[in-house]
Amino acid sequence: MNESIQTEANSDDERVNQYSSFRQALIRPELGGIVGTIAVFTFFLLFAFDSGMFNSQGAMNWSVVSAQFMIIAVGACLLMIAGEFDLSVGSMIGFAGMLIAIFSVTLGWPVWMAILMTFAICMAIGALNGFIVVRTGLPSFIVTLAFLFILRGFAIFLPQTIERKTIIGGIKDVAEGDWLAPVFGGKILTGFFSWMGEAGLINTFERGTRAGQPVVDGVPMLIVWAIAIIIFGHILLTKTRFGNWIFAAGGDAQAARYAGVPVNRVKISMFMFTAFCATVFATCQVMEFGSAGADRGLLKEFEAIIAVVIGGALLTGGYGSVIGAALGALIFGVVQQGLFFAGVESSLFRVFLGVILLFAVILNTYIRRMITGER
Amino acid sequence: MTTDHTPIVQMKNIEKHFGSVIALAGVSLEVYPGECHCLLGDNGAGKSTFIKTMSGVHKPTKGEIFFEGQPMKFDRPRDSIAAGIATVYQDLAMIPLMSVSRNFFMGNEPVRKVGPMKFFDHNKANEVTMEEMRKMGINLRGPDQAVGTLSGGERQTVAIARAVHFGAKVLILDEPTSALGVRQTANVLATVDKVRKQGIAVVFITHNVRHAFAVGDRFTVLNRGVTLGTAKRGQISPEELQDMMAGGQELVALEGSLGTTV
Repeated sequence: MNESIQTEANSDDERVNQYSSFRQALIRPELGGIVGTIAVFTFFLLFAFDSGMFNSQGAMNWSVVSAQFMIIAVGACLLMIAGEFDLSVGSMIGFAGMLIAIFSVTLGWPVWMAILMTFAICMAIGALNGFIVVRTGLPSFIVTLAFLFILRGFAIFLPQTIERKTIIGGIKDVAEGDWLAPVFGGKILTGFFSWMGEAGLINTFERGTRAGQPVVDGVPMLIVWAIAIIIFGHILLTKTRFGNWIFAAGGDAQAARYAGVPVNRVKISMFMFTAFCATVFATCQVMEFGSAGADRGLLKEFEAIIAVVIGGALLTGGYGSVIGAALGALIFGVVQQGLFFAGVESSLFRVFLGVILLFAVILNTYIRRMITGER
Repeated sequence: MTTDHTPIVQMKNIEKHFGSVIALAGVSLEVYPGECHCLLGDNGAGKSTFIKTMSGVHKPTKGEIFFEGQPMKFDRPRDSIAAGIATVYQDLAMIPLMSVSRNFFMGNEPVRKVGPMKFFDHNKANEVTMEEMRKMGINLRGPDQAVGTLSGGERQTVAIARAVHFGAKVLILDEPTSALGVRQTANVLATVDKVRKQGIAVVFITHNVRHAFAVGDRFTVLNRGVTLGTAKRGQISPEELQDMMAGGQELVALEGSLGTTV
């Protein structure tokens, strides 16, 4: 407190609220996420340690689920900080997966071309979302709600018209030998995992054709993508001038414009980044399952937004953290899978989700009041 | 003051029509370096439209703008900022959730190159911010303090310091004191005085005659889209100015009961 009293003495203008350094260290967007992560891991270590949740398969299980949430949460996080929402993320996942399947299986394109074309189309749709929002000044809530239905409609209509079914399979066969497909569906560190299996550090198959091989044979590219997107998002937001523009665009778009920030460009690029993240999610999923389903990604937009809010971002924009959003996604994944390991009725997951969302929003509001000195 | 110099901004017979509404019907104004030119007028007199024309937000329907003797056409606010005309808006100066240092460099972030990558140079931004704030007499807990914790007067001061730091030659202040208390107003007016002494032209928009008289060198009164004239300090009394602004007799009649300037 001593330092702060000194500034008080020098301050000749206004009474300045004084915080202790401890309280100041707490005022960060990640606070809720950090506390939540510790709480969730403590809980499951105490109550589900013996359930297999923390052996290699268990850990890989909740890591993959968390990584899925993380990929879309980072996109949603940056967009929310820039002051907008994207409710079409879930539909975009279904739509993107379907495009890859149609291009590669039905039309017989090489898989790499199908993937690149899908990325181009989906990011163009993201740009269109953003363009409509900044041009009309309509709330992004409404514009992207429209695209939620439009994209989901197409994700069902296209395969039904072309293939007379809503699931297109056979992607694993056409992806054989493709150079780009393993970037989304492959695994890395397989050598390391088989070494760990031989050394007895992780579980191995005891019988069958794969006896002696480790049960978890590598880190899926999905997790690599999640980590890469988190690092990219975090650096972009906190370490670049574009990051400052993202905060400014969401904090007060008009003030940012007057200061010379290209607000429209920032918002449109963030819509495109969100679409990019959704397409990464979709591509990984399609490559893993070998099929695309019209109902994939249902409700994912809300799960992404919940992870972001748990991670400390404000729904009104201008404040938040990519690390926080990633922790929010981790909490999400660990709890969803952990309840299964702990033998808890899985429907209770939704109850938990509602409760934690409510707490997170209340905590965030309190933090914002501390930051801005609002009363 | 320095009226023997050439004007830095010269606006000649500016007209601005919004459809059938004539917001400005021929307004002329000259601003000299190092002077504080007060633009007075009641609500709806056209002050905001006029300064938005000067700062490039609106294009004039008719009339000419000369900046440093050259005819200027601003298409976007960015053009006028680049030329050295900075505007500080009353409510839109700062973003409360962002830190002082992030606000200070908003749109002008310093970058540090690491290989081909460019990163926001936080150290430099923080140093410069603390230094500039010290000059303006604002004590921050740290450069990462959120602007939301500053008072309204401090926010205006930070915005003015920012404009000056980034090389503004003309500083337009849109009603900087209208929402402030007495003490904060005094601080902002002191800042205006400091800035003027650095040789920057200040255009100070207000409808408060007392605030105008505290710092103004010249006074231009706008009423219903036309200039009622420009007067130098000492040529006009606050009461006369007040009457011109109100443009009518009502205030004279009120004067008796109010006793002093409004």
